[in-house]
Amino acid sequence: MNAEAKTTAKTDGQSDVILTMRGLRIEGYADEVWHEIVHGVDVTLRRGEVLGLIGESGAGKSTIGLAAMGFARDGCRISGGQIIFDGIDLTKASDDELRALRGSRIAYVAQSAAAAFNPAHRLIDQYCEAPVQHGIMPRSEAEADAKDLYGRLQLPDPDGIGFRYPHQVSGGQLQRAMTAMAMACRPDLIVFDEPTTALDVTTQIEVLAAIKNIVQQFDTAALYITHDLAVVSQMADRIMVLRYGNLVEEGETRPIVEDPQKDYTRDLLAVRTFRKPPVDEPEGDIPLLRVENVTAAYGKVPVLSGVSMDIHEKRTVAVVGESGSGKSTTARVITGLLPPSEGRVLYEGQALDPTYRKRSKDELRRLQMIYQMPDTAINPRQRVRDIIGRPLEFYLAIRGEEKEARVRQLLQMIELDPDDFIDRHPGELSGGQKQRICIARALAAEPELIICDEVTSALDQLVAEEILKLLQRLQDDLGLAYMFITHDLATVKAIADEIVVMLAGEVVEQGPKQEILTPPHHEYTELLLSSVPEMDPDWLDRVLEDRAAAI
Amino acid sequence: MSDIGKMVAQRLGLGLLTLFVVSLIIFLGVELLPGDIAQEILGQAATEETVAAFRRELGLNLPPHERYIAWLVNLLQGDFGKSLANKREISELLDVRLWNTLFLAAVAAVISVPLALTLGILAALYRNSIFDRAVNIMTLSSISFPEFFVAYILILFLAVNLGVFPSISNISEELSFGERVYRCILPALTLTLVVVAHMMRMTRAAIINLLASPYIEMARLKGLKPGRIIVKHALPNALAPIINVVAINLAYLVVGVVIVEVVFVYPGLGQLLVDSVSKRDIPVVQACSLVFAMTYILLNLLADVLSILSNPRLLHPR
Repeated sequence: MNAEAKTTAKTDGQSDVILTMRGLRIEGYADEVWHEIVHGVDVTLRRGEVLGLIGESGAGKSTIGLAAMGFARDGCRISGGQIIFDGIDLTKASDDELRALRGSRIAYVAQSAAAAFNPAHRLIDQYCEAPVQHGIMPRSEAEADAKDLYGRLQLPDPDGIGFRYPHQVSGGQLQRAMTAMAMACRPDLIVFDEPTTALDVTTQIEVLAAIKNIVQQFDTAALYITHDLAVVSQMADRIMVLRYGNLVEEGETRPIVEDPQKDYTRDLLAVRTFRKPPVDEPEGDIPLLRVENVTAAYGKVPVLSGVSMDIHEKRTVAVVGESGSGKSTTARVITGLLPPSEGRVLYEGQALDPTYRKRSKDELRRLQMIYQMPDTAINPRQRVRDIIGRPLEFYLAIRGEEKEARVRQLLQMIELDPDDFIDRHPGELSGGQKQRICIARALAAEPELIICDEVTSALDQLVAEEILKLLQRLQDDLGLAYMFITHDLATVKAIADEIVVMLAGEVVEQGPKQEILTPPHHEYTELLLSSVPEMDPDWLDRVLEDRAAAI
Repeated sequence: MSDIGKMVAQRLGLGLLTLFVVSLIIFLGVELLPGDIAQEILGQAATEETVAAFRRELGLNLPPHERYIAWLVNLLQGDFGKSLANKREISELLDVRLWNTLFLAAVAAVISVPLALTLGILAALYRNSIFDRAVNIMTLSSISFPEFFVAYILILFLAVNLGVFPSISNISEELSFGERVYRCILPALTLTLVVVAHMMRMTRAAIINLLASPYIEMARLKGLKPGRIIVKHALPNALAPIINVVAINLAYLVVGVVIVEVVFVYPGLGQLLVDSVSKRDIPVVQACSLVFAMTYILLNLLADVLSILSNPRLLHPR
């Protein structure tokens, strides 16, 4: 169908609706009972329209997106309502009918392209599968078409890239290759399930531009699922805000972003407005921690070269950079997990042993760590009492009643009710609560410096904001210093006193927050800062225009 | 590709080392066996002097470590030594027997591997269905019975009652290929029943394990048929564990045949081993054990290399 035909269909009134979901109810199976997780949501999507579904985890947005394909994940079922795609009720369609629609008329773009591409097959083989299997075109035609689409999505070497295996292609390129794959049969509808969430900001902007462009070119309708309001406002014509499987608010993009009606939407918009008040210049000459000219490698692969940074008492140094820039490796060198090949780490002016095995218990105690994934950082078999109690015993030799009292005190510090939480297992905690437990465990050792490695990245935005506020309060109360590793510039703006920008194992720029964030920037810092999506529907077009003009 | 070459070379080196350790264990183990061949051959009536003289002649009077080194050095030159019982070259004895055993193993493998993989794939495809359960129950019960029991049941039904296959698998070199296959069908079937369960269940589990992966969900959302999803998308990624379990079972087909060969009076390596143990023919026992060990090591080595090759990340580096 060409674009002209679609336009005429649009003016046809009723027939221009491609998807309607009415009173959609979905249940999930847990603890041997079916729980309703989507409570009667209505969705209407016209041909060529992009509808953004936004919400935090547990909002049911992915579940609704998959339901648009008549699909429910294992352990879920569509329990009520209608899903009408171009006149066909998907809830009543047979498996064969659904199979005929999937991939050909409704396509899916998954969150992590690296996981959603089969590692055993070349990209182009996976591309050609849908058109050939659905009998839409022969292999040779599909291959030619793939190369054309790879080109339109601005992939490098469009004629050759398809013959690579997924692991031979970068994350951003894979995500575009997956968009091409979804386009293979020129579907009427594509479901984008958080397609840029796993990407770095500078890659995200390219993928967003490519997706926006291709969806417009083919006038494809799309459900765009994301937790990031700034991202969705670039992509969507209309937005539905979801929470706990209910619709909160629905409307055209601009009114939703500029004048939200509901408190929850306002909270989502207001997120990332938290700012740490400025602090005085550090006192004293000797920093708490000094990383001096560190060079390190994993085996023969060099990761860090000549990295230096200072962290002063009671201050927060944010180390920012994209994946592979060496942020976490720097933390591994500081903690002694990865001995550097050159350079050294000084603590209060005294050199620390390169490997943690040879550091004294007291040196270890003063430097604690909080990790990105609270799920894997705490032992699921231990109770909160033991998780927090262990460092008390190990570092401070506190036992018995004193330990119990101290654990309770720590729980109060992280704003969890001791009576309620002390006997729980990690499985009985939410993501944010688990991260709080990790914080308490670090605090239990009474450290002077805490390394926070992407501590808010795995959390929902509102929860992340609470964690940042908690960390800030603890810093004010206890005089802690933080090394805050993150890829998220909004977090940096919120919490940092000083910023270290890293790229490919080197420090590109460092200094006080105000200095780094005010122009003129280093070229790379500029690129990073300008790639952070803003809550302005015109942001993406504007940035792309600016960049095109600059070239 | 050089990385793969390095990995293969590394595995090969480890294989040789294992073989050396195994040769040591075999020697020590045989050393611990009770009984004495000189006494055995000469009988109760022999005087102590004749026994001692005979022991000297066989070289049994030397200390164990000297005998071990002599044995190893000869082995490296391809000389397994002579049988103590009948003075024949062991390599000659092994030659025919080993080929017979390999022949039986091959027939069993040709039946069991495709059968196990097909059943495993089908069980994964129709998981939790009646078919899946039936296959599981059948293979599990066949593996739960002792081999000799399975063998006698097969003899009872297929040889005695129906008379379609011979109950004694007496083969020799003069027989035609077809005749040989025909004669060793029953032992091959017995072995098949014993090994199929393991391979089939691993295939099923390895595939089902992958069904929760995002790329399988993607394949489903591309509207592919369930059979294609299993065969094209899950199976290639499940190859490594399947290859390993197949290799272990192939090794078992060679090494684990002792009882089956005895039941069917099949002139293979297992028979030879049993006979030699009862005759205290130590060099033959050692040689047989070493051949068995070598089979295990070679097949596992092969499995290792094949699973490395089945990983596209290693086969197609960045």
